[in-house]
Amino acid sequence: MTTGTIETGRKAGLQRFLGQTLPYILLIITILPIIIGYAWILIATFSVRTEGLVPKDANGNIGGFTLQNWSFLNDPMIWRATLNSFTIAIGMVIGVGVVSTLMGYALSRMNFAGRKGLLGMIIVLQAFRAEMLLIAIFQVLVFIAGIPLIGKSFGFNTVGGVAFVMIALQLPLGVWLMKGFFDNISWDMERAALIDGASRFRVWWEIIIPLIKPGIAALAIFNFIQGWSNYLIAATFTIGTKVSTLPVFLNQFSGDTSLASWNSVAALGMFQLIPVMIFFIFTQEALLSIYGGGAKGGV
Amino acid sequence: MKVELENLSKRWGNVYGARGVDLDIKDGEFVVFLGPSGCGKTTTLLMVAGIYKPSEGLIHFDGQVVNTVAPKDRNIGMVFQSYALYPHMDVFHNISYPLKLQKAPKAEMEERTQRVADMMGIGHLMERKPAMLSGGQQQRVALGRALVKEPGLLLFDEPLSNLDARLRLSMRSEIKRLQLELGITSIYVTHDQVEAMTMADRIAVMKDGQLQAFATPEELYDRPRTMFIGGFVGNPPMNFAEVAVSRRNDSFHARREGLDVVVPSDRGEKASASDKGIMGIRPEDVTIADEGVSGEVFVVEPLGRDHLVTVDIAGIYVHVLADPALGLHIGDKVKVNFNTSKVQFFNPETEQSLLWA
Repeated sequence: MTTGTIETGRKAGLQRFLGQTLPYILLIITILPIIIGYAWILIATFSVRTEGLVPKDANGNIGGFTLQNWSFLNDPMIWRATLNSFTIAIGMVIGVGVVSTLMGYALSRMNFAGRKGLLGMIIVLQAFRAEMLLIAIFQVLVFIAGIPLIGKSFGFNTVGGVAFVMIALQLPLGVWLMKGFFDNISWDMERAALIDGASRFRVWWEIIIPLIKPGIAALAIFNFIQGWSNYLIAATFTIGTKVSTLPVFLNQFSGDTSLASWNSVAALGMFQLIPVMIFFIFTQEALLSIYGGGAKGGV
Repeated sequence: MKVELENLSKRWGNVYGARGVDLDIKDGEFVVFLGPSGCGKTTTLLMVAGIYKPSEGLIHFDGQVVNTVAPKDRNIGMVFQSYALYPHMDVFHNISYPLKLQKAPKAEMEERTQRVADMMGIGHLMERKPAMLSGGQQQRVALGRALVKEPGLLLFDEPLSNLDARLRLSMRSEIKRLQLELGITSIYVTHDQVEAMTMADRIAVMKDGQLQAFATPEELYDRPRTMFIGGFVGNPPMNFAEVAVSRRNDSFHARREGLDVVVPSDRGEKASASDKGIMGIRPEDVTIADEGVSGEVFVVEPLGRDHLVTVDIAGIYVHVLADPALGLHIGDKVKVNFNTSKVQFFNPETEQSLLWA
């Protein structure tokens, strides 16, 4: 009898190990390279130099804590670049958000001429990478720059121009995503609201939009991060530091002429990461809802 | 509110959802649109609601054409099969939403919402979100929301089909009682003929987008105008067999191989005008007897109070409601008696009744 219970106890222990502990161990092993990478950045940021993960001072002894790497914060240009990045990120959140929710709703609900063609094109557009379009977009931006008034804010070498291009490039995904969310909401709910006495716009605003909030939130986060950290578009269509964004600034920091101080680069990288992390902390639940099966209660 | 549909059609390209529907609904009447799925009953309802624009025809409310009137201005309430409650609002806000849109004063809004909720027996659930309610409670909220603005016309789109059988039964009588009490003209869409029979003042039977009949439940049951109605209304469904009706001596006989029954002369005379006819008779009008047509028991299905016995009579299967005490078994030889005073005859080509024009 006694041995029997011990046996079952052992079995239960093994099961618990396999069911609960083992997945964690496997996960930790797989993400270890990333964790080590971030750990290095964090350590390097506050050290004179590092050997592996070990911080060293100038004489090669362990230690050497310094804030010297963060001195770039005194450079006014960094704040300019931060503002530019922030403007582009928020511009994307608003621009892509508004256009996607309106267009996604129309595509989901209305039957208009050319709807099928438009849907097909949206899918095809996602196949083109931004790199392929750089020269064409350059031409467009130069053309816009020639238009009075608008050219000043949205032409070549302007923050508005970069935001404009990035919104356009992000729209196919945004529209498609939003259409999917709208598709999940039953027509009956809209009909009910129409009969209850709401106008079409009110139905959209008071009934439909609250139901796809998780989708809008997820799209917003996605776009914020895209806008905040995109390098290619900003680097291609801007010249000079006045309109450069943080990633471009980071690149110039480790520039061609001067020898890069990797610890300073790490600090700047860390600085760039902070808003994204804050954003994530506040919105991870909304993000999970999009990856974990769409809007709950939206059906 | 009086509702009049005049030659109402809905067409998508060449496909008709509803075709030439003519209906005259009296004030305070409870009308059921009955038909199999895809027959156009919901399409017609949505046109009445103003969600679909009619392709042809007119809709009159109290004599006024409302074709171009927006749903919100039609003074209607509607209950959907999926309830269509707003998941992000609690019960109070769901029910009061129509009043909020009417910009009703806050005190009045609260008072009316509470009154309707109490009437529906959900007054104590005001703070719950729809997800925290049972199906029956959700249905009551939906009904409350439809009633709160005191509409002139109530529309129901298969409101009970998502409920379990027992709840459906009690909600059925509750809706009927409520409708009688409030006297609101109602249109109720269902494919359930029992629901239609029990609730309706008049039933509009639809098939393939067209109105087949518009009559009281009793009339539909006793005098079906078409074979479709005969087969669709009533459960278990009517038996059909192709026969030839002719006069012999002083009586009319309906005959086919293995079957020869005498039918009452008023019905027989009308049926004999056609060479061939399809005879229809309900299972409750067929009995197992000592004398009659010979057959063999094919299947016995216990229904509780009765047994539904399928009898093979020379190749045609006839459903009979029989007393379980008879203790019938598959393969038993039996005699079957037809209560021919209830027999129906249809034209085999047009499927129209030969008895009732």
